[in-house]
Amino acid sequence: MYFLRREKVSSIIMYFFLGLALVIPIVLVIGLFIKSNGVFDNNSISDLLFSTVWKPYQGKYGFGAFIFNSVLVTMLSALMAVPVCILAAVYLTYYTKSIYLKIFQPIIDILAGIPSIIYGVWGVLIVVPVISKYVAPFFHYESTGYSVFTGGVILAIMIIPFILNILIEIFKSISKELPEASIALGATQWQTIKYVVMRKAFTGIVSSVVFGLSRAFGETIAVLMVVGNVTQLPGNIFQPGYPLPSLIANNFGELMAIPGYESALMFAAVILFFIVMFFNIAARLLITRYENSVLS
Amino acid sequence: MMMYPKISIQNLNLSIRKQPILKDINLDIPPNKITVILGPSGCGKTTLLKCLNRLIDLEENIDINGKIILDGEDILNTRKDLPGIRKKMGLLSQRPYPLPMSIFDNIAYGMRINGLRNKGVIHQKVEHYLKQLSLWDEVKDRLREPASRLSLGQQQRLCLARGLAVEPEIILADEPTSALDPISSMSIEKKFVQLKENYTIILVTHILRQAKRLADYVAFIYLGEVIEFGTADEFFNNPRQDITKEYIRGIFN
Amino acid sequence: MRKKLLRIEEIFFKLLMILSLAIVVLVLSIIVYTIFKKGLPSLSWEMISQTPKGGYYFGKGGGILNAIVGSVYLAFGATLLAIIIGIPVSLLLNIHLKKFKRLVDSIRGFFDLLCGIPSIVYGAFGFTIMIFLGIKASLLAGIITIALLILPIMINAMDAVLKNVPTGLLQASMSLGANKSQTAFIVYLRQCSSAIITAIIISFGRAIGDTAAVLFTTGYTDNIPSSLLQPSATLPLSIFFQLSSPIPEVQNRAYASAAILTIIILIISLISRVLSGKYNKHKIS
Repeated sequence: MYFLRREKVSSIIMYFFLGLALVIPIVLVIGLFIKSNGVFDNNSISDLLFSTVWKPYQGKYGFGAFIFNSVLVTMLSALMAVPVCILAAVYLTYYTKSIYLKIFQPIIDILAGIPSIIYGVWGVLIVVPVISKYVAPFFHYESTGYSVFTGGVILAIMIIPFILNILIEIFKSISKELPEASIALGATQWQTIKYVVMRKAFTGIVSSVVFGLSRAFGETIAVLMVVGNVTQLPGNIFQPGYPLPSLIANNFGELMAIPGYESALMFAAVILFFIVMFFNIAARLLITRYENSVLS
Repeated sequence: MMMYPKISIQNLNLSIRKQPILKDINLDIPPNKITVILGPSGCGKTTLLKCLNRLIDLEENIDINGKIILDGEDILNTRKDLPGIRKKMGLLSQRPYPLPMSIFDNIAYGMRINGLRNKGVIHQKVEHYLKQLSLWDEVKDRLREPASRLSLGQQQRLCLARGLAVEPEIILADEPTSALDPISSMSIEKKFVQLKENYTIILVTHILRQAKRLADYVAFIYLGEVIEFGTADEFFNNPRQDITKEYIRGIFN
Repeated sequence: MRKKLLRIEEIFFKLLMILSLAIVVLVLSIIVYTIFKKGLPSLSWEMISQTPKGGYYFGKGGGILNAIVGSVYLAFGATLLAIIIGIPVSLLLNIHLKKFKRLVDSIRGFFDLLCGIPSIVYGAFGFTIMIFLGIKASLLAGIITIALLILPIMINAMDAVLKNVPTGLLQASMSLGANKSQTAFIVYLRQCSSAIITAIIISFGRAIGDTAAVLFTTGYTDNIPSSLLQPSATLPLSIFFQLSSPIPEVQNRAYASAAILTIIILIISLISRVLSGKYNKHKIS
């Protein structure tokens, strides 16, 4: 371990890597901005963000529909995932012996580790036909199964382990004397959860939801495989949609064929980047606020 | 000797994860007096309190047997109406734990979960209990503010008021002044002396001087066993056991 | 009466909670079960030992060896690159820079944010790099992109463990005359070795399974790449393309490929669980 003895040398090498790790991402983000510049030739910023006119051959890029679809799918997934996660997290931390949490943790971790493509395959295999044959008709809609709703379902399943882990941490961080104080006053476990624990954890819960949203927004492959990929504003949730990440992934082949397409797709990545960053930063601020309130 | 005891603890044995914590506790708590449970810091005393209001139910890996008789009923071995049993006891912990709500709502909490809806009555009672703890003047203009904004001393008084608001018969206090400054501690101690007229108070402490100041009766618990029990006078002036003598002399930490 | 209502409410929510928990467990079971049920029957030795022959995607013979090997090369290279950068960075944060708390916290926050960037954006990053470096869609481009993707995750995971090493250890080592780098590599790494390996393994799992980031950067080919500058197939993409085929036989092979990927991931999960269990046993604290 000679090189370690020369502290100067080894330290310099280490700092060099730190520099790389810090600088490269920043350079890449800037690079992305630069590459997407071309998209402003024919479009104003409000066109880009809100218009739904998507005519690449004419250089018209209105991302409105895609952004809308992304928002729709993300909201749907949160609607389905968040209640399940809150209920499960409360149950595991307050209603069962601590050993159950230890048993469930591996299940949650395995779910978190399953690659996106596998969720996609499973979605195509099981969820799409189920939606087409049972769920949509139940609500009096016709659907091929490839729809915004399906995207929402798959996404919900994918973000559940993520949100669940955060929620469990949040509930665990509430000192047990607080619910004990409520119980000592004669409240039942459920009253305590309702009026004391939920209040205390509220900021943390919101933060976990926002984290989940940011995760859902950026998820690409699994959604792409089940959402239908039709450029439109879907009339109802059982119709196909086209969220932003799917747009980027799907059209990569066309990149060279249409001039200026490249900058459009890069711009899509920029939009995605900003939205996800925004959610992430918001969630982080919330969780810091929550941690401060718990420590006091 | 004494009148009919308020609480009678009989042959209480408790182990956590097979480790005995409370060994064959037999204790009669007299009504309307301050009974101090004295002893070096350890987990026995708090655990005993938790048995009294069945908070022990929330812990895992507990083996417990024995009886705790309150008003003629064995409250340790029953499964009926636990909230009702707990309402008979007010708990004051080592550190104040204000509920995450306003000052007003903290006091009102116990009443509301029991179904009290009449706003006028609630308001009246909140004022009454805040006054009883001499908090009213300090907080009357900020009743809707979060309770967490109060100082520690105020929070502890708030917790006591909150506990009294459910109209218990017994007050369980677990080292209630250990997190407080001397002035706030004094104020809590004074309250206890006033309160014993109407409540039975069980005070756990490891501060010898506090025990001397407040106790009517003392139970000395060491390593999970009741070493000695008697009136404060007997205990401090004429202790029977050697361990007790050494403890009083301050040889223990 | 009121008590009755309260009781009903309590039981109702309790049922909902149990239902929610059941959903979480069921979902995992159903996914794994379905993939295996559909995929394992179509799994054959041929599949994992041969590359696709002509017309593979239309039903002809061959296997997905190209993708398996490609993914392994990719994940291996990316993880290696991430380790080379990640270990020094996390050590720096916890030892050399330990006294600059604000700086360290900001850097940690920076990497935390990087963790949240979706992999398709990393794919776009990778594309930018490719243009910048003038390389085509290849194993190298994929490795760099995936390394960037997993780097923040690895740093985060390692940092989480290194953070908890008691400062007493640092002081003890320094007072024995070791410099910071020696302390870092010899003492801290040893102390956290299991956890660090766990972090590496988890990152490897992430690298093997990611699709969006390799989409633009690694290309696709039916051959096993013989150099870094050649395009390479990856398991996720292989699954995707097979699934897109109109021929049922090929679709079944897609399921089989999915089963293979799932098995790899499950094994990785298992190994990391076992290792982190070992870590907790020997922790000094």
